[in-house]
Amino acid sequence: MSGQFLTLLRRDCTQLFLGGRRGGALLPVLFFLAVAMLYPFAVGPDAPLLGKTGGGMIWVAALLAAILPLDRLIEPDLELGMFDQWALRGISEEWLVTVRMLAHWLSFGPPLMLAAIPASALVGIDAEKLWLVELGLLAGTPGLAALGVMIASITAGLRGGAALGGLLLIPLAVPLIVFGAGSLATGGTSGLALTGSFSLVLLAITPFAAGAAIREGRR
Amino acid sequence: MQECRIAANNLACRRGDRLLFAGLSFALESGQALQLVGSNGIGKSSLIRILAGLMPAYSGTVELAGSLGLVDERPALDPHLPLGKALALWQRIDGAHDNQAARLGLAELMDVPVRYLSTGQKKRAALARLCGQAAPVWLLDEPLNGLDTRGTALVMDMVAEHCREGGIAVIASHQRFDLAGMAKLELSAFLPSPSGKGRGWGLDAGGEPPPAEGDGWHRRPLPTGEGLR
Repeated sequence: MSGQFLTLLRRDCTQLFLGGRRGGALLPVLFFLAVAMLYPFAVGPDAPLLGKTGGGMIWVAALLAAILPLDRLIEPDLELGMFDQWALRGISEEWLVTVRMLAHWLSFGPPLMLAAIPASALVGIDAEKLWLVELGLLAGTPGLAALGVMIASITAGLRGGAALGGLLLIPLAVPLIVFGAGSLATGGTSGLALTGSFSLVLLAITPFAAGAAIREGRR
Repeated sequence: MQECRIAANNLACRRGDRLLFAGLSFALESGQALQLVGSNGIGKSSLIRILAGLMPAYSGTVELAGSLGLVDERPALDPHLPLGKALALWQRIDGAHDNQAARLGLAELMDVPVRYLSTGQKKRAALARLCGQAAPVWLLDEPLNGLDTRGTALVMDMVAEHCREGGIAVIASHQRFDLAGMAKLELSAFLPSPSGKGRGWGLDAGGEPPPAEGDGWHRRPLPTGEGLR
């Protein structure tokens, strides 16, 4: 079981970090940094204003960056028939989705948290607030990763699935951004706790929702 | 090889509004092979997917003893990886069984990324994946597509060997598949429309309207078993 887990995790990580022709882990990070770079141009060189709103901007950028990898989370393996072959071997979709969620978070969460450091410098956030942003991303990115895998499973095989996925992700991620960015305004840990709890809910639901969606997609 | 068995009991398949076939039954024991024949769209691939448990049957059941191996039009090998590494993934999952790669003429292709392989080479690679799985029941959906004459003969040999060793093979193919003692199942014998002309009760087929669900359409006198010859 653990050997199989490692084999699948290693494959998923290689696919998601390198990504082949669909773009790897670097793409969402570059997008995230590009948004952070554009923001001061749009708002103007008003340091206090940037510092006050920058944290929220980082959260919006993270949410938008989470849309980019949606089309390569599930769809390529469905097209290849990988899920069918795994099903024949008695490997459940729930298990596969759990592994993929972990791999997706590894290729998405930590790189984004690293990129948040230069991004916060671009908008002039102080160290104390950066710490809160990082903690918030640590609590929120697992939820974003789970949501991404769930939506990718639901929209896999649909025409225009990628665009639809983006539209589905935004409203469902609203609680994450409300609590995550909200913790910056209040400076308290309650926002972080709520972000983390919503992430946990998503992590718990996703294997079942995504597994059912993949099975239903076979009909 | 372990004892294996696959049996279909009164299977019906519905795609959209159409019943593709109904009342289909057969049973295969260790060492037996069956070819599903019929024109395009008659439901050969659907039947394979129902047997594989990947698609629910509209009615009827499938009994299975032994693990399943499936080869269909998708190779299930990572396209950007060299063939050797793509096959290695399945070897790690299935255990180290001989995947007959050399016999399938894949030995010199191991460094070539899967996406550069030709249709026939991909089919051979999928067969190597199947051999490495060491599953007693083989479900082959158009296994000869894209293969050259030598490849075709090789696949027939491998299927014959598999059956001699006690395995089961179900082959959906419109091409000739020479295998001593193989039964043939003509899917057109299980068309649900009584005249056998229309392809199901399609709403636009002009045939009989479909009976209400749960109305026990299977109580009609349906051909059962005549298709096996």
